Amino acid sequence: MTIKHIEEYRDAELARQLAEQIKRTSRRPVRLMEVCGTHTVSIFRSGIRSLLPETVSLLSGPGCPVCVTDQAEIDAFIEVSKQPEVIVATFGDLMRVPGSTSSLQAERAEGRDIRVVYSTMDALAIARNHPEKQVVFLGVGFETTAPTIAAAILSAAAARLDNFSVLAAHKTVPQALDALMSVEDVRIDGFILPGHVSVIIGLNAYRPFFDRHRIPCVVAGFEPADILQAIVSLIEQIESGKARLVNGYPRAVTEAGNRKAQEILARVFEPADACWRGIGLIPSSGLRIRAAYAAHDAGRRFHLNAVEAGPPKGCACGEILTGKKTPPECALYKKVCTPMDPVGPCMVSSEGTCAAYYRYHY
Amino acid sequence: MCLAIPSKITQIENNMAVIDVDGVRRECSLLLVEDAQVGEYVIVHAGFAISKLDETAALETLALLREAAALVEAKGGQREEPGE
Ligand code: SF4
Repeated sequence: MTIKHIEEYRDAELARQLAEQIKRTSRRPVRLMEVCGTHTVSIFRSGIRSLLPETVSLLSGPGCPVCVTDQAEIDAFIEVSKQPEVIVATFGDLMRVPGSTSSLQAERAEGRDIRVVYSTMDALAIARNHPEKQVVFLGVGFETTAPTIAAAILSAAAARLDNFSVLAAHKTVPQALDALMSVEDVRIDGFILPGHVSVIIGLNAYRPFFDRHRIPCVVAGFEPADILQAIVSLIEQIESGKARLVNGYPRAVTEAGNRKAQEILARVFEPADACWRGIGLIPSSGLRIRAAYAAHDAGRRFHLNAVEAGPPKGCACGEILTGKKTPPECALYKKVCTPMDPVGPCMVSSEGTCAAYYRYHY
Repeated sequence: MCLAIPSKITQIENNMAVIDVDGVRRECSLLLVEDAQVGEYVIVHAGFAISKLDETAALETLALLREAAALVEAKGGQREEPGE
């Protein structure tokens, strides 16, 4: 059973009217970036692209967690799976991401104990059931996922579950937006900001970014009407020359965000520099487990040989994540790189731009 | 990883909720939300409820959207911004 309003946000007639508004008000060509991978998928699935006039280009940004994970981090995930007496627990999306020499899936075929879980709670259960093993959870994701990992670490600490640890590669969105604006050749006229990251961090978290760059920004939900409404607002801001930071998803997002989740997140993690695929090092854009929870930090527990490998040869994921290229402009797209045999993470993840293009026949 | 569909809480025990997602029963943790109740809708991410859904705000935004769409048909371009 769904709530009544959901059906209405999917109403084709409402979508048509909103698209009509966009057609009527959009004059100059604009490049709008949807930062979140769930938006990318929703845009393709609902056929929004076909409703938009030629003046509006949608770019997919660095909001697919698996896609922005640096090659060295992927290699560390694979490395930890090879440690003796370790069970690796991971979200399914990471399994087929190619590392420099292997993938988690290939390692599992070799006999390593690697298990796909739906939630960190499942990983805790594995740790409880296997006290003789070390259970390592691979933590990727943004501010939406990081509190769920923090909650698991707090639960493990409270239950003295010493055999549970996390290899954390979390990233934070506002800092990445800042970095994007300074990447050479990047041209973005407005941002569709991620709905569920914003549920946690709140609209206020974007204010410093917005004040610095004065670029149109709208936080959007995931139904077709939500996304179209965000585009309507962005076009209007661009045409009028008045940039604003708009909450287009007030049924879930508040100014302050989810304080309880923020508090749990801050108790376990502290900001740290992080490397993003395609962008490079961004100051304070990652999350490191605080020293107080060092026992649950797999990075500290296992001394992993961090090999600096570089991205797969010929893969344009970096340019795609920064909106400089679309997948068909990658020489490997569909020829060498397919969802069955992916070269880069953008083709692996269900939220990846290359996978979305492939699935929807672009 | 995101379940964009809101889920209804049908049962709560020890900070865990049983939820109904479009007719499918699942479990989620309530550790990240403040006082969720049976019958309320939550947004679930990776097995955790991350927010309660404000139904009043949902309907308000819809009403504004509809109104604005109608206004645009009449005026040709000007509209109010919903949801700020
Ligand atoms: S098509 Fe494949 S190789 Fe090209 S950018 Fe996408 S993931 Fe990388």
